[in-house]
Amino acid sequence: MMSEFAFQFLLTLDATLRVATPLILCAMAGIFSERSGIIDISLEGKLLMGAFVAATVASLSGSVWLGAICAIASCVVLALIHGFACITHRGNQVVSGLAINMLASGLTVTVGIALFRQGGQTPPLGNTERFRPVEWWFVDALDAIPVIGPIYRELISNHNILVYVALVMVPVTALLLYKTRFGLRLRAVGEVPEAVDSAGVSVTWLRYRAVILTGLFCGLAGAYLSTAQGAGFVREMSAGKGYIALAAVIFGNWRPVPVLLACLLFGFLEAASTRLQGIDIPLIGEAPTQLMLALPYIMTVLLLAGFVGKSTPPTAIGEPYQK
Amino acid sequence: MQDDKTSAAPAIELIDICKSFGPVRANRDVSLRVEPGTIHGIVGENGAGKSTLMNVLYGHYQADSGEMRVAGQAVILRSSADAIGLGIGMVHQHFMLVSNMTVLENVMLGSEGGPLLRSGKRETLNTLKRLADDYGMEVDADAVIADLPVGIRQRIEIIKAIKGGARILILDEPTGVLTPGEADKLFEVLRALQRNGVTVLLITHKLDEIMAITDAVSVMRHGEIVGHRRTQDTSPAELARLMVGRDVLLSVDRGSANPGEVLLQVSELACTSSRGRQVLSDISFDVRSGEIFGIAGVSGNGQTELLEVIAGMRKFEAGSVALLGETITPGAPKTPAQIRDLRVAHIPEDRHQFGLILSFDAKGNAILGYHQSADYGSGYFLDEDAVATHCNKLMSDHDVRPGNPALAARNFSGGNQQKLVIARETDTDPKILIVGQPTRGVDVGAIEFIHRQLLALRDAGCAILLVSAELDEIIGLSDRIMVMNGGRQMGILDSADAGRDRLGTMMAGIAEAATP
Repeated sequence: MMSEFAFQFLLTLDATLRVATPLILCAMAGIFSERSGIIDISLEGKLLMGAFVAATVASLSGSVWLGAICAIASCVVLALIHGFACITHRGNQVVSGLAINMLASGLTVTVGIALFRQGGQTPPLGNTERFRPVEWWFVDALDAIPVIGPIYRELISNHNILVYVALVMVPVTALLLYKTRFGLRLRAVGEVPEAVDSAGVSVTWLRYRAVILTGLFCGLAGAYLSTAQGAGFVREMSAGKGYIALAAVIFGNWRPVPVLLACLLFGFLEAASTRLQGIDIPLIGEAPTQLMLALPYIMTVLLLAGFVGKSTPPTAIGEPYQK
Repeated sequence: MQDDKTSAAPAIELIDICKSFGPVRANRDVSLRVEPGTIHGIVGENGAGKSTLMNVLYGHYQADSGEMRVAGQAVILRSSADAIGLGIGMVHQHFMLVSNMTVLENVMLGSEGGPLLRSGKRETLNTLKRLADDYGMEVDADAVIADLPVGIRQRIEIIKAIKGGARILILDEPTGVLTPGEADKLFEVLRALQRNGVTVLLITHKLDEIMAITDAVSVMRHGEIVGHRRTQDTSPAELARLMVGRDVLLSVDRGSANPGEVLLQVSELACTSSRGRQVLSDISFDVRSGEIFGIAGVSGNGQTELLEVIAGMRKFEAGSVALLGETITPGAPKTPAQIRDLRVAHIPEDRHQFGLILSFDAKGNAILGYHQSADYGSGYFLDEDAVATHCNKLMSDHDVRPGNPALAARNFSGGNQQKLVIARETDTDPKILIVGQPTRGVDVGAIEFIHRQLLALRDAGCAILLVSAELDEIIGLSDRIMVMNGGRQMGILDSADAGRDRLGTMMAGIAEAATP
């Protein structure tokens, strides 16, 4: 038996990637906004709106790519609303985020019912209206090789394009933050906006660019939820993933790689809770189902209560910039 | 050559600059001419409009009206970027450095030389090396700002300001956070810049700095320029008179002290911050009745924590504090209220955070901490009339203006806010007075008044512990002086033996005289 457990574990890791993808995209989105000094609890609302718009447009037009582009556009609009309230008018960032979450929650259902009359859902999406798994080269050839074969087939190959996009976005975010002019200014503006201003750089425009990037990444995450992982939009389908992503940003100390690891951890816990039920785990034996189901939540509470590690947020986060 | 120099257009010319913030007219018809290649001082009390004027010149604020010329050309500055483009650099009073970034990143910010950092980094390193060679401003490019001492941080600010070849450098109160030794080093750098043709504008309220380094000086009062002088033709007394509008005694004659019994005794005190850093170690001293015990040191060397421990606002790990015979130890702490009841009064360093509630009116503030007293009401209710009467008395005794008990604390000037705090704390006739930065942000006229009050209390037999970042204030008032550096005491001197140089050396962390 390439043991039952090892195979289940492999499938769990595979599921981890799929569950973690929207978290990773949303968390990278959150890094941009939060590093610039803008708290963004509206990751949740943007994710929901992106999912809705992607499924709706894909369903109406038949094009999954058009759906994704429109999802990005809708999230950028929400991000700009957040920016208009928080940057231009120096409003309270939490209140503005909350408002956007409520707006997204209400608007998706209302418009959904008006368009499709299916209780807020979109019709099930067909194959051309979804992102399909991409089969890599030599999957069959490698199948014969033990260990590597199954890992290649299950873990590396056979995901949809957005999973790979999410993974690529982590190094892209890191490079953008640490190796570019934009990144240097972005990190500075979240710490000491006065320094950026006195260096002759516009704080306002810099922060707007940050929230636009946040909208862009959230749109991709939304499209993934409804047109890649799922096959259509279901009301409230974001189900707190935006908040979990925000938690991962905080837990990962606003740095791309640790944030990725946090997202994978949250993803793994969720995948494990469904996959590893009733399976013999070496050394431990069969874990009680209830415990496995509760584990993600227990871990989230423990992690966020600050029992593990200490986080230092950007100094100027949450504070509107006033000359 | 000589002719060229005198006929050259002024480096900066401001004509009738006006700038208001709401109803406050921060600058009124300000006209200023700064000759190229000079060090030009701008003095004035806090709130006289010096910083506003410089921020207008740096493009940070836009003037409501008036004209600005740089090297003879009329200019309009819409942002700091415009000013930087014209060769104007500024070192702000509060450093504009990102503390978790490296020196290199901070210096690059705003002039990265392209979308990627790589080439800009190399260029910036060259600039740093050039400036180190030209002006002796050595810095470690890879050091993180948070790990650097204040003097080096200021050097980085200067490097930021002049890296692009600025011809005009504005410095806003640059010496406030420096030890005397660091200040001397700063002046050397400024002179080197001047030799290279840079025009320096130096904002300060310290008259001895003006006399020491500037070529010309302009005095501001209430948003207006009230005089221009060539430094060699003026004196500190004249400048002080211009600043305040009347004659001022720059130092109060303090007479001799009559120390009595020990009222405050601190032994082997040690304290760590909430982040685990040792902020006080092995502090021991005593303060007698009828003396002022001064603590000198650059801000942030443990003075704040020491005051907080003695006032009961901070836990400590080891040692003890004895107040009028009552001993406080880590195992047997006392609350600030219990300490106040021992007749220990506290004038906190930060009056906005700990001394006053800015949104409360003056009479509410006048009883803070003493509000449980039977004098101000009984049971659950305050006797508003008694509170108002008390506040009126405090205000007239201590010259708090305007004398309106119903006015919110935030609407008083800094000096009058401080007078109100001092009035509240000293009215109870305390045995021990702990006072931090009594004249920070207070105008010259009020400083004189506050100093007289402290000396009168001393002569009445109060034991006074005085912490101040102003070395002159410590030297002028104290009978004995302890110097602190890095949370340790560097020594205790009689004020007769304590010159600026000697104290400055100790403030820089070089211990000498063993504690007597």
